[in-house]
Amino acid sequence: MRLSEAQVGDSVVIQGVVSTDHGLEVRLEHVGFLPGTVVRVERRAPLGDPTVYELRGFRLALRRESAELIDVVGGDDVDGIGGTP
Amino acid sequence: MSCHDDGSLLSERTSPMVALVGSPNAGKTTLFNSLCGLRAKTANYPGVTVSRREGKVHLADGDLTLVDLPGTYSLTPVSPDEEIVLEALEGRVDGVEPPDALMVVADATTLERSLLLVAEVLALGHPTALVLTMIDEVAARHGKIDMNRLSRALGIPVVGVVGHRGIGLDEVRALLADPASWGRPVLSPPTSGAERSGWVASILQSSVTAPQMDERTRRIDAVLLHPVAGAAIFLVTMFTVFQAVFTVAAPAMDALSSVFDSLAHDVDSAVGGTLGSFLGDGIVAGVGAVLVFLPQIALLFLMLALLEKVGYLPRAALLADRVTGRFGLEGRSFVVMLSAFACAIPAIMATRTIPSERRRLATMMAAPLMTCSARLPVYTLMIAAFVPNRTVIGPIGAQGLTMFGLYLLGAVSGLLYAAILNATALRAPTAPVMMELPPYRLPSPRSVLLYVWDGAWAFIRKAGTVILAVTALLWVLLNIPSVTPPAGLTDAQAASYQMEHSIAGQVGTAIEPVFAPLGFNWQINVAVIGSLGAREVFVSTLAVTTASESEDALPERLQKLTDADGHRVFTPPTVAAILIFFVYALQCMSTVVVLRRESNSRKWPAIAFGSMFGFAYLAALAAHTIVAAVTT
Repeated sequence: MRLSEAQVGDSVVIQGVVSTDHGLEVRLEHVGFLPGTVVRVERRAPLGDPTVYELRGFRLALRRESAELIDVVGGDDVDGIGGTP
Repeated sequence: MSCHDDGSLLSERTSPMVALVGSPNAGKTTLFNSLCGLRAKTANYPGVTVSRREGKVHLADGDLTLVDLPGTYSLTPVSPDEEIVLEALEGRVDGVEPPDALMVVADATTLERSLLLVAEVLALGHPTALVLTMIDEVAARHGKIDMNRLSRALGIPVVGVVGHRGIGLDEVRALLADPASWGRPVLSPPTSGAERSGWVASILQSSVTAPQMDERTRRIDAVLLHPVAGAAIFLVTMFTVFQAVFTVAAPAMDALSSVFDSLAHDVDSAVGGTLGSFLGDGIVAGVGAVLVFLPQIALLFLMLALLEKVGYLPRAALLADRVTGRFGLEGRSFVVMLSAFACAIPAIMATRTIPSERRRLATMMAAPLMTCSARLPVYTLMIAAFVPNRTVIGPIGAQGLTMFGLYLLGAVSGLLYAAILNATALRAPTAPVMMELPPYRLPSPRSVLLYVWDGAWAFIRKAGTVILAVTALLWVLLNIPSVTPPAGLTDAQAASYQMEHSIAGQVGTAIEPVFAPLGFNWQINVAVIGSLGAREVFVSTLAVTTASESEDALPERLQKLTDADGHRVFTPPTVAAILIFFVYALQCMSTVVVLRRESNSRKWPAIAFGSMFGFAYLAALAAHTIVAAVTT
């Protein structure tokens, strides 16, 4: 599933960035969207986009168009704020 | 200091140079200011909009040059702007000396992310030290960092500071005394994403208990980002910013204006003659034309600094992003566009808060189309003289409706202009919009005041001299050559005669065929030329060219003004053309100068001036044609 499909309150684990644009992939990884990182969906902006995520101890908002490029797995079995899977 | 034999960057310079590297919001600038104070200068890298700040740190055994690089999450370049920063660090940019050592500044509360940047910096192989900021917050949020263990795990010195309280600064100074002694890792951290993630995890495990997420911030966000309450607070905040820039700064600007007006008059009459007029109306008025912007710039930067440093500006950007995103802009553009309604100059300078270069350029290019306060006197004059004062629907009058329409036209055109630029000239792969929402924090007054000072001083230094020169040049155009008017003219007629025979008057007459389709005669053309200094000068210049006895009498004078053949000059089509022309034309050289400085290019101001003038002409022509067809 993609990060954009995760619901507010969910915790998910990043699998990777799915983009043909290498620059975009690099940028998302720069801020910490690396495989294995746990991301919690914090809240959506009042107009529904962007969405605020919590990862690696900080909060970051991404537009839907970017969150759609991040491959994640659902986080029922995810616990804590870990770095590695 | 001696050269290392392993090809490092340590050179035989007298004053060593250390570069600060860190992500946005890491507290890099606060640390820089604490160490260098006001002894900083800003310099652009060649060819890009990215700038660095350089300052001197006084140490026991001599000075050290500290370079504050632009905030970045990573050193891997994606855009040309980032590439040049990396090239500068590696000493590959002509005229930019490479640093001897790198000091990474990282927010201790987000160490899990900051270490990703540390890994990249270590890979460069320079002597490196790590400064952790906001260590007080880590403790407050039940986290713990063992500096010694972290230092051993990384292989470099680590110091914790609380920048705005000065805690830990002595240790940083002690470090800076000998950058050559800083460590270099024996083994470079891994470069691939997943492995780096594992490296960070192992470092953290050795020495860090991660702080909990800030609960206070979560609770404040629940209100400020609430669909109803958040939107209401956003609108009130934005309105306050707009209103303050528009009205609170106005009295200070008026006061400055009148001081310089009377000073110009005094100089003029004390010196006398053409020289007196030049010194007074050219030079003194020119200095006034520069300083008059300062209250607005200072006020806007003060409010932006407060909102940014408290943490609200990123939230406001989040709220506005959906709307501005449609035009290829981002949330932060909204605040900038709003302040452009007061004046494009502080607004263009405020685009510095927009991280993406492309969206920053789009925002600064569109800002001049917002209806600034200098257009207001032009609109007011035309509307007062030519739009009937009658009600249309209920309390809404024709005059108010016209004014509102002009504001709306400017705003819509500005957004469309940004969208067009994004689809054409600025079309390029762009960074995704990533808005970090830092915890809410109380800023130190010192950091807020430094931000305001930086903005105001940058304006005076970079734009001031050029604006002064433009004002002086316009004086020459409007007053040289000096002629003796024929006898029997009134003072007003003599002034009009003088201006008609000035360079600007001759140009205004020569270009009559160009502007005739818009209904402009030489009197209007000269006023349009005069308004290049500042749009409101259109009114005072028009008062001279039409030989009006005073500016108060101008509306009546314009209503009755006829040309040599007895035809009225200000017909409805011509008035419509003037209004539309002023909506679009970039009739303000100060804005062009600031665009030149802030974009660090000649291309963008040229495109802005050319395209806006061209479109202004065509739109005014269309307005003239349509109104002529409707009214005859």
